[in-house]
Amino acid sequence: MSLKIRDLPNEELVAPGNSGCPGCGATMGARMAMKVLGSRTIMVNGTGCMTVNYGVLAAARFPYLHMLFETTGAVLSGLDAGLRSLGKREGVTLLGWAGDGGTADIGFQSLSGAVERGHKFVYICYDNESYMNTGGQRSGVTPYGASTTTCPAGKRSIGESRPMQRRKDMVEIMAAHGIPYAATASLAFPMDYMAKVKRAAEVDGPSYVHLLSPCPPGWGSNDELTVEVSRLAVETGMWILYEVVDGERKFNKRLKTLRPITDYLKTQKRFRHLLDQPEEIEKIQSFVTKRAERLGLLG
Amino acid sequence: MASVFVSGNMAAAIGARQAEVNVVAAYPITPQTSIVEYLAKFVADGELDAQTIPVESEHSAMAACIGASLAGARAFTASSSQGLALMHEPVFAAAGLRLPLVMAVANRALSHPVTIWSDHSDSMAERDSGWLQFYCETCQEVLDTIIIGYRVAEDARVLLPAMVCLDGFYLSHLSEPVSVPAIEDVRRFAPKSAPKYPILDVDDPKSIGLVISPDFFTEFVYDKHASMSMARDVTEEAFAEFERMFGRRYSHLESYRIDDAEVVLVGMGTMAGTIRVAVDGLRARGMRVGALKIKTYRPFPGEEIRRALRGARVVAVVDRAVTYGTGGIAYYDVARELVNESPHPLLLDFVAGIGGRDITVDTINRVAEQALAVSLDGRRDDVTWVDANKETLAIWGLALR
Amino acid sequence: MPHPWLKERPLTPCLRGGFSTVNQTGSWRVIRPVLDISKCRDCSMCWLYCPEGVIDRENNYSIDYDYCKGCGVCAVECPVDAIEMVKEE
Ligand SMILES: Cc1ncc(C[n+]2csc(CCOP(=O)(O)OP(=O)(O)O)c2C)c(N)n1
Ligand code: SF4
Ligand code: SF4
Ligand code: SF4
Repeated sequence: MSLKIRDLPNEELVAPGNSGCPGCGATMGARMAMKVLGSRTIMVNGTGCMTVNYGVLAAARFPYLHMLFETTGAVLSGLDAGLRSLGKREGVTLLGWAGDGGTADIGFQSLSGAVERGHKFVYICYDNESYMNTGGQRSGVTPYGASTTTCPAGKRSIGESRPMQRRKDMVEIMAAHGIPYAATASLAFPMDYMAKVKRAAEVDGPSYVHLLSPCPPGWGSNDELTVEVSRLAVETGMWILYEVVDGERKFNKRLKTLRPITDYLKTQKRFRHLLDQPEEIEKIQSFVTKRAERLGLLG
Repeated sequence: MASVFVSGNMAAAIGARQAEVNVVAAYPITPQTSIVEYLAKFVADGELDAQTIPVESEHSAMAACIGASLAGARAFTASSSQGLALMHEPVFAAAGLRLPLVMAVANRALSHPVTIWSDHSDSMAERDSGWLQFYCETCQEVLDTIIIGYRVAEDARVLLPAMVCLDGFYLSHLSEPVSVPAIEDVRRFAPKSAPKYPILDVDDPKSIGLVISPDFFTEFVYDKHASMSMARDVTEEAFAEFERMFGRRYSHLESYRIDDAEVVLVGMGTMAGTIRVAVDGLRARGMRVGALKIKTYRPFPGEEIRRALRGARVVAVVDRAVTYGTGGIAYYDVARELVNESPHPLLLDFVAGIGGRDITVDTINRVAEQALAVSLDGRRDDVTWVDANKETLAIWGLALR
Repeated sequence: MPHPWLKERPLTPCLRGGFSTVNQTGSWRVIRPVLDISKCRDCSMCWLYCPEGVIDRENNYSIDYDYCKGCGVCAVECPVDAIEMVKEE
């Protein structure tokens, strides 16, 4: 991957004035993706925060469609077929851009169908680990122990507490469809992220990138720490950077050791209640460590 | 113009083929299924140059048609009942994005109880979605209305999608001789032109599907309303041009022996033929009865309704769908047009043919007899469930009133 | 036959990209990034990370304060601490 920061275009395909919160990871991630995808890209955005950011005052300087929450995959299928039928498919990138709710929950079926049928598009899920557009409810990928408005921590609850800890693993699920390219990404490793998006656009068929997107108001993290929180997620092993290329798994960032997960958890209010519950911390730590060992992430 | 002997579903598929649709995205459901199968076969055999998307649900069928239409392609889908209900959300979105899609609906009742048989409850639930709705009586009408549908939907004065409804089984699986318009003629009648609605085009980037405030929302809804009203004239024009080119005459309403009729029986879809047969029988017995078929249900042809029913003493509307606790649905559309006429005919409300109960000549005779029996100063009674069976209600222990 | 009201009809809400510049998000800012260009090593990290894309790397990394939301990511990520966040008056 020889993507260089110098070679990225200066042209801004996203106009300023969008209504995203300061330090929004999703807004940051979309801008970076567009730097490598370029203006001949059509973005289909299932309802979520980006709908407010791009879809109220039109920030995108490329064709942008906000469509119903759960329809991103299906609309991409229709665009792919429609452009093909008109002989206009060549040279156009189709980008699906949706949140974790629109991807892993309500839009899961439509995405799975579109991917299974083999339409050509890049799909990026910006994962803020909750439904933020409606104020921060849990999703199928909310991490164990996080407090959200629909799984609030309280006297009798530690917040999200699905028994198997593991969240719905979208990259594995997408890879299981046999698609040519699926990857996780982090804003703290921007060149890695953008190289993945580029690669995703180059493969013939559907491709999937899952970007961890810190959300200051939802996570209770500081605006200025969006990138730092992303970095800690990777360094603690809470977020693993890897890609699946034609079925082959490859880690993009091996670690010598894992930082303790508390380094990550303490940056965010949604985990604060866990900090005085050592047995829960231990549970999560052991889950994270075991997973890293099992996958061979260390070394 | 070739002639073939085909079912209503095949006629729908042929209509889409002759309109040279670019994209077909649909999902199987009885009694619509064979429409998508026929189209898939046309494509497989090279008789239609289109992309087919074998979607994983009707919700995605409509969403995919929206995507295709936003690419600038002519898109087609078909559904029924549960499938149409599942589509409900993107059905509204398609109209809001002003996309000229055409969808065939093989009418079937909605669950529960479960049935595969016909009534209009599925398409009636989409009545206010911003789609044009045509109800067909013959296989020929199905084929022709799909072609007419594209012409009207794509007209810059309309830009709203169109639903072509055919009664499940009664029409979807009925075979009749059908004349197939030549593709070259269809091209002249409903030419594909550059989209007149906003599309997603990398050479002309726009943002579509936007969020807007109450300061503007009403006006966009009003525009749909105004366009739907305009669609009345545009469809008339299309009917006239269709007749000129293909020799078959359609109109929003079809009246039969109403000129001196004391009682007019109003219905939509396949029941219209039954009503006409019943009218002949009743006339032979000396009763002054006429029939009125509503083909164009959205936009509703109000002025034509008023004109057609002006002289009648009694108007009886037979509905194949219910608005619960009140009665038939088209009844309200008809009543709305007549309520300020003076004098206006007495209006009677009948529900029949629900969930595949056959509407027979006998059913219609009973409607007519009740209509003839009401006295001039007759008060409008409750809706009459003309074919509901007291014994069946009793056997099941259902509500008896 | 075109109809007179065709030209002005809105159809569906649709805007050209870039309309968002009417929304001067700089007014949200409570702290402001101030760059000391003498310290800058021209690494472009602030430019890449700015979620709003308001740092102009072709022009000495000047910041468009009409739109900068003051998130402070640029200051945290600058490897040589060339950007300082200062309270808005
Ligand atoms: C069918 C439907 N159900 C519910 C909603 C309400 N809704 C809008 S956005 C949203 C959550 C979006 O969550 P996610 O996809 O994670 O994106 P985010 O808001 O976090 O950016 C919900 C529940 C909707 N728009 N449509
Ligand atoms: S709520 Fe979170 S995801 Fe949504 S705009 Fe704000 S920071 Fe971004
Ligand atoms: S403070 Fe935030 S918005 Fe302002 S220039 Fe820095 S990164 Fe951009
Ligand atoms: S991050 Fe710091 S050193 Fe790098 S370009 Fe920006 S101001 Fe200069």
